[in-house]
Amino acid sequence: MSIQVQEINKQFGSFTALNNVSLDFPTGELVALLGPSGCGKTTLLRVIAGLETADSGRVILEGEDASDTHVRERQVGFVFQHYALFRHMSVFENVAFGLRVKPRKERPNEAEINKRVHRLLELVQLDWLADRYPAQLSGGQRQRIALARALAVEPRVLLLDEPFGALDAKVRKELRRWLRRLHDELHVTSIFVTHDQEEALEVADRVVLMNKGRVEQVGTPQEVYEHPATPFVYGFLGAVNLFHGRVEGEHVKVGEATLPHDGRDADHGVEVVGFARPHELDIVTDLAETRGVEAVVSRVLAFGASARIELDALEGAAERGEPVHYEVVLTRERVAELALSEGQHVRLVPSSLRVFPREAA
Amino acid sequence: MSAAGILHGRVDARRFENNAATRESPWVRRAILGVALAFFVLFLVLPLVAVFAEALRKGWGTYVHALTDADALAAIRLTLLVAAVSVPLNLVFGVAAAWSIAKFEFRGKHFLTTLIDLPFSVSPVIAGLIFVLLFGAHGWFGAWLIAHDIKIIFAVPGIVLATVFITVPFIARELIPLMEAQGREEEEAATVLGANGFQTFWRVTLPNIKWGLLYGVILCNARAMGEFGAVSVVSGHIRGMTNTMPLHVEILYNEYNFAAAFAVASLLALLALVTLCLKSFIEWKASQAAKDTE
Repeated sequence: MSIQVQEINKQFGSFTALNNVSLDFPTGELVALLGPSGCGKTTLLRVIAGLETADSGRVILEGEDASDTHVRERQVGFVFQHYALFRHMSVFENVAFGLRVKPRKERPNEAEINKRVHRLLELVQLDWLADRYPAQLSGGQRQRIALARALAVEPRVLLLDEPFGALDAKVRKELRRWLRRLHDELHVTSIFVTHDQEEALEVADRVVLMNKGRVEQVGTPQEVYEHPATPFVYGFLGAVNLFHGRVEGEHVKVGEATLPHDGRDADHGVEVVGFARPHELDIVTDLAETRGVEAVVSRVLAFGASARIELDALEGAAERGEPVHYEVVLTRERVAELALSEGQHVRLVPSSLRVFPREAA
Repeated sequence: MSAAGILHGRVDARRFENNAATRESPWVRRAILGVALAFFVLFLVLPLVAVFAEALRKGWGTYVHALTDADALAAIRLTLLVAAVSVPLNLVFGVAAAWSIAKFEFRGKHFLTTLIDLPFSVSPVIAGLIFVLLFGAHGWFGAWLIAHDIKIIFAVPGIVLATVFITVPFIARELIPLMEAQGREEEEAATVLGANGFQTFWRVTLPNIKWGLLYGVILCNARAMGEFGAVSVVSGHIRGMTNTMPLHVEILYNEYNFAAAFAVASLLALLALVTLCLKSFIEWKASQAAKDTE
């Protein structure tokens, strides 16, 4: 089922949780709502579910305006961050709940409930836990039961609020792969909220980036990672280095140094902030060069497939409101070739620099 | 206060005891324990024993006679009636109040929470006087009530009202922290799954609060049967009609009929003992339930 939200606004007191949000969620996709805490992503999810009412705007489910439809009738499945399993019911009864509370006419008989619950428990691979109570399960198991419970009523959409937020790193990684596979099997339109960019990029078909109640960018994981539309998205998706400077033709003048830029959004003479990912920077040890920004090597972390070099800006950067740290990722061969030592002065040369006007950043 | 919180203290104490670094020296332990036990025996156990001893001093015959006396039976019946009315009323009110305070945000929430405590902070005599002031012959509604031939003060309705007032906090106070701690997520989950309000309450909320609720009911009932001050003001002490057990005890005592007074008092003491047993059983059950769901 497709979901559309149109011009949604929501205030909590003086805090604006959602500021004129309009989005389209096409049928069958798995979409991530990604953003820092307090950006409104959970509120948007709860508005779609009907657990929260928007101050203005519409929620359209399958082409029908559902803004005034009660939560009960929206046929959404909702998975809570802290599972919200019924603590006094066995796993079986938790999953069966949605079927048992149906009006008598629609309610399946006991044999049918039994069959459907066991099928769902098999789907989440926890059939052997049917008689246990939630307190006896691990976090990952509880979350899978919560998912089975949500699926029992055959929802038209599945909404997941930080589904892996309360789990430890290893279980998280397993579960998100599992969620992706499950989604490929079921093809239920799904939206999940997360503040973990890696999770969003790895699992979702599309990513919606939110900040301060607004949508910053919508796109496939590759699009948003490689072509961030706003400085916020650039900063939020992965590590980034910032350079403050002024555009001079094909180059950005950063202090004494000149850096090449990507040529977009850059009129001559405009004050800009340039963004470069750690792997988009190279280090040159020849200080006579003028193409790079000077910095001091503070740590070289050479383990794993690539090496990470942390650098400090020259003195005075903090006073000018400029970044004081840089991070560069190089191949191990390149690091061996450079033979860097801590405290050494070097120059940083970006292979490409994405620039945004200063005020936007 | 909550039933579930009580066992945790015991577990912590044991941890301190078993650790040589935190253990108190034996004489400190003995001294503290001794003081506590002496106080306990002197002020709690002795009076209780005295009640039963006095009640039975003139033999079983007098004891049984005192309890089967027509006025005594009427007092017992009235006490049971008052409890049977006020406990269910406060059950409904307590659940509703706790529900609204724990699960909704609204203006005046703090005020309502404070108001629920009012009967605890006000002297029962004043509570009784409030009703006399409202419904007495010279009270605000007095003239209207007399005109319509409705008797509240010096009659059973007044006693019930005073008791309800006094016992308001017991159930609500027990449930509010419990429901606040449990939050709204389970109810939200039930609603999303299609449950209506009643189904959510019956299948999700009630099972989660049942031990706390029962605990509140037991305490509420004990107070409803034992209340003296407020009831004394509104009752009028009419023998066989508006005398509850505590009032009956007082009357007998004032008439120097000690054996009978203590006989009725022993019934109330027995009620207290049963209440205590039930209370500790529920505390134990609640802590088991809490352990299962942690």
